[in-house]
Amino acid sequence: MWYSVSMHELAITQQILGIALKHGQSVKAKKITDLYLVIGQLSSVVDDSVQFYWDMISEGTICQGAKLHFDRIPASLECRHCGEIYTLEDGTLTPCPRCDSINVNVITGKEFRLESLEVEE
Amino acid sequence: MPKRIPVVEKILSANDRIAQENRARLDEAGVFSINLMASPGAGKTSLIEHTVQRLARQFRLAAIDGDIATSIDADRAAAAGATAIQINTGGQCHLDAVMLRDALKQLDLIEFDLLLVENVGNLVCPADFELGTHKNVLIASIPEGDDKPYKYPGMYKDVDALIVNKIDLLPYIAFDMDYFRRGVELLNPGLVTFPISCRTTEGLDEWLDWIKTNARP
Repeated sequence: MWYSVSMHELAITQQILGIALKHGQSVKAKKITDLYLVIGQLSSVVDDSVQFYWDMISEGTICQGAKLHFDRIPASLECRHCGEIYTLEDGTLTPCPRCDSINVNVITGKEFRLESLEVEE
Repeated sequence: MPKRIPVVEKILSANDRIAQENRARLDEAGVFSINLMASPGAGKTSLIEHTVQRLARQFRLAAIDGDIATSIDADRAAAAGATAIQINTGGQCHLDAVMLRDALKQLDLIEFDLLLVENVGNLVCPADFELGTHKNVLIASIPEGDDKPYKYPGMYKDVDALIVNKIDLLPYIAFDMDYFRRGVELLNPGLVTFPISCRTTEGLDEWLDWIKTNARP
């Protein structure tokens, strides 16, 4: 899908590469083989698009050929009115299923971090 | 033998760090700054024109305009009376903290009280890149439709104020204000909202008052 490949993901992929190289070099890694990313359902990131840029910009670095693993965290909300905790089916925000209140708080779903790396020393 | 090493670092931490530096520079110079975000055509530049024209006597104003190409927006802000800097992102769909830092270097910040930053027209990407401005403001507009809070939750969720522009078009467009407000309330309870029309100038006073209570000339 051409439209999923945006400059947004390029900027994000460059950040991921920078963080991975920094941590890889600090343990004197010969090669970084796997990256474990934690991305909330409400974060606007397209996995395929990040992978597309990753393969291009990691070339020639110790990250070349590394595999990206995306751990998608579902969005969960807590109703401030009745305390109900519920998850979103497809990322579309919905009111509390128990009391229909819209006074809700997002608990998970906004994560956006590099959790760990697998390296060869 | 492969080895797992923990990282646990926010992917945009480098951007966030530079955003904090931008904020420190603005604070030091006493400049109150607003990041204006919206879809293309919502009225970002029109709002800047009106804001500059109406506040130019009280505040020393600067505008930084982000666009993929051209200096049309900065030219309009300058014609309205602001010192204007254009950032051309060269295809990038949002401003980031580094671009703002470079633009701030072109301004003698001590000479200004109020800075309006016009982000690239886009309802997705700018939400993820903090710039370091004091307030993030979203401009929605009636012709975009009442479903936008539901479709772009990331943008509506974290802004400090919402402008609903082009309310003069409400009689002509099927826009369910209750449905719209319900979506906003779901994402950002109690969000301060200014229904305005840049064409008729209705509602602009409330928006300008909000700036005045936040900024100090």
